[in-house]
Amino acid sequence: MTNSYAPDAGTLMDIFRRMALLKGNDERSRKLLATGRVVAPYYSYRGQEVIPSSVSAALRDDDYICTIYRGIHDMLAKGMPLKQLWAEVAGREDGTCKGKGGPMHLTYPAKGIMVTTGIVGSSMPIANGLAWGSQLDGNDRVTVAYFGDGASNIGAFHEALNLAAVWKLPVVFVCQNNRYGEHTAYATATSAKRIADRAVGYDIPGVRVDGNDPHAMYAAAAEAIARARGGEGPTLIEAMTFRFHGHVMGDADGYMDKAEKQAAIAADPYPRFRAQLIADNVADEATLAKIEADVEAAIDEAVEFALASPFPSTDELRRDVFADDSIVPEESFA
Amino acid sequence: MTDAATQTRPQAEKTAQITIVEALNRAFVDAMEADEKVLLLGEDVADPEDGGVVGISKGLSTRFGNHRVRSTPIAEQAIVGAAIGASLIGYRPVAEIMLMNFSTVAMDMIVNHAAKLRFMSGGQTGVPITIRMMTGSGIASGGQHSDYLEAWFSHVAGLKVVAPSTPEDAYGLLRACIDDPDPCIFIENLLLYGSKGPAPQAGHKVEIGKAAIRREGSDLTIVSYSRLAVEAQAAAARLAEDGISAEVIDLRSIQPWDKEAVLASVAKTGRLLVVHEATKPFGAGAEIAATVNHELFGRLKAPVHRLGGAFCAVPFSRPLETAFAPDAARIVDAAKSLCA
Repeated sequence: MTNSYAPDAGTLMDIFRRMALLKGNDERSRKLLATGRVVAPYYSYRGQEVIPSSVSAALRDDDYICTIYRGIHDMLAKGMPLKQLWAEVAGREDGTCKGKGGPMHLTYPAKGIMVTTGIVGSSMPIANGLAWGSQLDGNDRVTVAYFGDGASNIGAFHEALNLAAVWKLPVVFVCQNNRYGEHTAYATATSAKRIADRAVGYDIPGVRVDGNDPHAMYAAAAEAIARARGGEGPTLIEAMTFRFHGHVMGDADGYMDKAEKQAAIAADPYPRFRAQLIADNVADEATLAKIEADVEAAIDEAVEFALASPFPSTDELRRDVFADDSIVPEESFA
Repeated sequence: MTDAATQTRPQAEKTAQITIVEALNRAFVDAMEADEKVLLLGEDVADPEDGGVVGISKGLSTRFGNHRVRSTPIAEQAIVGAAIGASLIGYRPVAEIMLMNFSTVAMDMIVNHAAKLRFMSGGQTGVPITIRMMTGSGIASGGQHSDYLEAWFSHVAGLKVVAPSTPEDAYGLLRACIDDPDPCIFIENLLLYGSKGPAPQAGHKVEIGKAAIRREGSDLTIVSYSRLAVEAQAAAARLAEDGISAEVIDLRSIQPWDKEAVLASVAKTGRLLVVHEATKPFGAGAEIAATVNHELFGRLKAPVHRLGGAFCAVPFSRPLETAFAPDAARIVDAAKSLCA
């Protein structure tokens, strides 16, 4: 890693703005879901905000991402509009997907958010195809595939890394290693001491980075993205982090090591980065507080919008199965 | 109904006969000429690898470049995933999976992603890919290289499934699948690759979902597709010798299937025999039989009868393999029982 990819003050503020939005959105999500006013499976990303905030700060609007069920942070960081996101999570007609995808399949091509999958590992083979398309188009768009540490044990990971390497695709594989695959601790399921080392098997760069440090995370992402943009092929980034709230909302996380969890929460990257920005004179308290207040107001507005949006008509069952809705015979729905 | 078999052709072309392998190759050449977004990827498809294991893509990478015709690792998830991704941003990839059984390795990509992205995204994205796969019993390939899995794919909302039996349909359906905005499963039969038929006109397309009436008849309707549609025609010729007039419908498309054509025919004949090589229980024949029973109850002269592959893995040993799948003789017997 070279200093040329170190974030400047403007970039740090960009990362902070995204992190504030992500953190605020997660906290509101858990709060609202607990009331039962919105019913949805929820995979909290609290604790992992630095990763997509830093990656997205190094991406362009026209770059693509593919992400996974624990991926709302990846999408918000990439620019998914808050109102449509909330409407989708609430299953309403104004959602990004008209309420037909839900939180695990949020999609927003206008910002390059192409696929969100509920299947572990499946973001990667599709990301390759987007990158192949960009390579054929002759443009310099980059595709990021997000996934977790558990996904590095599934076949799709290995197939995708190998193909990306042999085709030299402009793709960056960003593994958010939060130390648990569902309920199973990293070492129980994963033979490699470091997922980044698996890149060696595909002859591509593999970088392990502190995914809770915006400086390091941004530098690693920016370097990998520059390589991809420059036609030098894929990179595997293993971003070390921790998820604060278990696998899915409602799980008691009894399987987690209590001391490890407490230590991770005590080292919460959000307040740490916030304090650092002030200490380094990048921003003052009032500026950061204003950003956070604006985030709260935007979420208020988005939640209100979502809950006021109607549920989709049941006619939607008949739409979007195929491009031509008339193909499916009516009796198929009875 | 647009029936390719009855369309008039210039005299010169009428006599030209080509194989299904040649027809598929021509379809690729014409599709790739017509649209630079058309791509082909899969195991061994480029010319350094002999243009595919049976030579269907021979010459394509030389003509259109290795960037559009790419040999891949033996990695079916990666192949279908790459096709899906490229299709999301305007490309029309054709993924060759080689043998149909190998598609099982890529089921997540096909079922969870290709089939569902349009619906789950509320119509924001679509997956215009064609996934080609070859199969069929009869060449001693055994249990993992011969299966017909069309019922699996047809059962998933969002996939179209076609299975041509003639060079003209192979060409016309491949062109239609490549142009189609949705993911299409394109099933090729190994034994039929070398069979000859009239050469298709350039640009010929067969509408997905439209059957072909191969032979008109009045006593019973035989519905089939892929290789057994050819067996059904042979059976109908023998039945005619015994005074039984069989109408033979080659579905060509299994999802969607041409309900109108089948119902119109069975309304006329009053008897239906559905024949496929896939194992009979829960096969495509069950869907067709249920639909015909529901729509024509009371007008049937006999219960709908189904013939399918035996409910076992495709066996290796010659006598077992021969006994596994229906053939013209068994179709004749079943038809006679129906008409008795």
